[in-house]
Amino acid sequence: MDSVKHLRFDVAVVGAGPAGIAAALAAADSGRTIGLIDDNPTAGGQIWRGAYNSARPSASSIWFDRLNKSAVQIVRGARVFHAAAGELAAESDDSVIQISYGKLILATGARELFLPFPGWTLPNVMGAGGLQAFVKSGLEISGKRIVVAGTGPLLLAVAAYASKCGAKVIGICEQTTRPKMARFGLKMMLIPDKAAEALRFAYNLRSIPHWTDCWPVAAFGNRRLETVRISRQGQTSEIACDYLACGFHLIPNLELPRMCGCRLRESFVAVDEYQQTSVSGIFCAGEPTGIGGLELALVEGEIAGYAATNWEDRAKHLFAKRARHQKVVRILQDAFPLRPELKNLARPDTLVCRCEDVPHERLCEHASWRAAKLHARCGMGPCQGRICAPAAEFLFGWQIDSVRPPLFPVRCSSLVALSSHSAPRN
Amino acid sequence: MSESISVRVNGKIVSVRAGSTVAVAVLASGATCRVSVTGQHRSPLCGMGTCFECRVAINGEPQRRSCQVLCEANMEIETNG
Amino acid sequence: MNKPAEVVIVGAGIVGAACALELSAEGLRVLVIDESFTSAGSTGAAMGHIVVMGDSEAQFAITRYSQILWDDMRDQFPTSVEFDPCGTLWVAADEEEMREVRRKFDYYRERGVSAEILDSQQVRDAEPHLRAPLAGGLRVPGDSVVYPPCAAEFLLQKARALGARVIQAQQVAAIGKGVARLADGTVFAAGFIVNAAGQSAPKLSPGINIKPRKGHLVITDRYPNFLQHQVVELGYLKSAHSLTSDSVAFNVQPRKTGQILIGSSRQYDAENSAVDESILARMLQRAFEYMPDLSFLSAIRVWTGFRPATPDKLPLIGPSPQDPSVLVAAGHEGLGITTSLATAKLICAQILGQRPAIPIQPYLPSRQIAAEAHV
Repeated sequence: MDSVKHLRFDVAVVGAGPAGIAAALAAADSGRTIGLIDDNPTAGGQIWRGAYNSARPSASSIWFDRLNKSAVQIVRGARVFHAAAGELAAESDDSVIQISYGKLILATGARELFLPFPGWTLPNVMGAGGLQAFVKSGLEISGKRIVVAGTGPLLLAVAAYASKCGAKVIGICEQTTRPKMARFGLKMMLIPDKAAEALRFAYNLRSIPHWTDCWPVAAFGNRRLETVRISRQGQTSEIACDYLACGFHLIPNLELPRMCGCRLRESFVAVDEYQQTSVSGIFCAGEPTGIGGLELALVEGEIAGYAATNWEDRAKHLFAKRARHQKVVRILQDAFPLRPELKNLARPDTLVCRCEDVPHERLCEHASWRAAKLHARCGMGPCQGRICAPAAEFLFGWQIDSVRPPLFPVRCSSLVALSSHSAPRN
Repeated sequence: MSESISVRVNGKIVSVRAGSTVAVAVLASGATCRVSVTGQHRSPLCGMGTCFECRVAINGEPQRRSCQVLCEANMEIETNG
Repeated sequence: MNKPAEVVIVGAGIVGAACALELSAEGLRVLVIDESFTSAGSTGAAMGHIVVMGDSEAQFAITRYSQILWDDMRDQFPTSVEFDPCGTLWVAADEEEMREVRRKFDYYRERGVSAEILDSQQVRDAEPHLRAPLAGGLRVPGDSVVYPPCAAEFLLQKARALGARVIQAQQVAAIGKGVARLADGTVFAAGFIVNAAGQSAPKLSPGINIKPRKGHLVITDRYPNFLQHQVVELGYLKSAHSLTSDSVAFNVQPRKTGQILIGSSRQYDAENSAVDESILARMLQRAFEYMPDLSFLSAIRVWTGFRPATPDKLPLIGPSPQDPSVLVAAGHEGLGITTSLATAKLICAQILGQRPAIPIQPYLPSRQIAAEAHV
């Protein structure tokens, strides 16, 4: 049977991406005990994946350096699957970890939105961030032909990164319109720290074709991806490639905030100026409060860290910086809305739920997510609907139902460790 | 770090950069991670532990999400199909 | 334009769906009204065990009758119904429970239900993941398992093919005197109204005594060949008997997908449908006592459901005491899936004035009035 470890922190931070790292470090200034909990083997989240142990200097180095020198206790490989008042339960490879906290900062980040199209389940069709994650985790792509597709600034980052790693990025297929893309570029230039980054991107991507009003229509291949068919301003063409890195922007990881009882506003966690959620003592920073990128996540994290340790003055000093970077949220929303054509990519036999192999036509038989789940089994697999539910929301306009523990599949024995948790809130 | 690690994927030796995940080792070996309920071969999608397509057996333990496990020397990795 | 219905059925769960099919097959015009979608209530949370039970003659009669009906239909089921004739394995932990095994064996044999007593070794051969030592068990091969939401949908589809109409996402506010009135004011007139509204049945037929008994279930990832039968501890009977306290009992089921369904718990006075971590832990610990390897399996989902329970643990099948044109078909506790088909037959017999295949008295709603000795 599992061992049960008990940890106690004055401030527990869930998620060791930029927002969580910034929050933990800010909170650590207070001298209180800080725990930084993450399910990956090393800190960094998605954008800084693999950078923790890297000898190569990078933007994240300063942060990792500070983290290493700080008194923050990093709890790695721990997947939080339950929250009750003042306590979290996390599962690691060999134990259950009960974490009690005085204050909680949720920095659970975001994941990519995947939309189904014929062939999207072929090996080597990955998320855009997904491909980047694998490359950062050691995948060699030198000389490989890559098509990057979907929507959002992540495509540019992935294309630039892949190219730097020696891949042949054949093109970026961006579904938004040319005018929206141009406006996006201009607006980003107007944000102080972003201008330099935008120019750097433009330079790195100068030799990579960028196509707007463009999206993948189908992927083909025998046992793995061989060809992608794209639609570009009404015309289709086929591109032979090794990888398709396709993601339709980001959606916030709301499962833990919702289980904690945090109220949502327009599908994001509602927070006040101190990043405190509707639940007293629980704070939230980064993408779950609004998709706004790295700098916004860092400053929100810092504010949350100071606020959680009652250092309101320091938090206040960062409000102006946050306001500047907050603009990114609106810019992204305006620039990359999903166009209706994307709803028609899936054919009747195109799988929507990958865990249970449920095709689009089976979902069409139902009027709600709950009905589709019970009758067609979509969302009943181990991903608990993380991949297919957001797609179903977009395709059918369904509201996805409530969150229940466990937040991730866990060993049955881990559920037994919950018996000491207090009764559910609200 | 340029040191490399050797693991075995379905009995075949695969060399990866130190710090690589098991999912990457499987990809590098040319194998797919699992077979879906209707028999499709699947490889990882999300890279961050949410899609569950990367599940393989590591040192005899089945259903491990390989994108969140670092390679260790002489690991035995078996794909599910 | 449609002719008006002769029977309105409130509720498209397993009982309502079974009634719709049975009545349509008899040539009656049926209208089914559900406040949500098929199986949105208890049916959607149910385990789907089709089991012959012998706690009382009346319970045996209806479960056996219904189990035969399920078997008779088995060749018609699409794969989505996941019909699996896996049988039940009742396990005995000690000599006292082995006496119960022998009693059950005799009881079933006298009534023509095939059963087999297993000793300590045989019970582990039957289910290798059971811990040793157990005293033994009783295998009942005629029991089976279905996936309730798709089973209900299948019955409803067959009913539709025979002319039944189904209205979903409409709440019925009141029934009686030959009329069913929706919350939005729409009125349907019909000679008979069947109250198969599950948890909402008492709202529509005031005076019937049905109380919710909350249960928890856990479903694992796919582990084909881990389990062969639905395995239930005999202590289950002690749990199901209690009318007041919270209890857990070992009850596991193999699904055709290879997933394992782990139960069971019973709670009265549970306020809401939220997962209760404490009783969930107790339930799992009980399961691990019988089958330690369960602890290593990956649990994908946990959910709760409410069994509609009556004080004497028998369903209500028959005319409402207030209004003979309203037939109640509710209060099936944990045997709703099993006894749905028999319930439909009994309801149909009563509507058509035919002789029911089994005695109807034990299930009549009027018994509750008699029991409460109203003035």
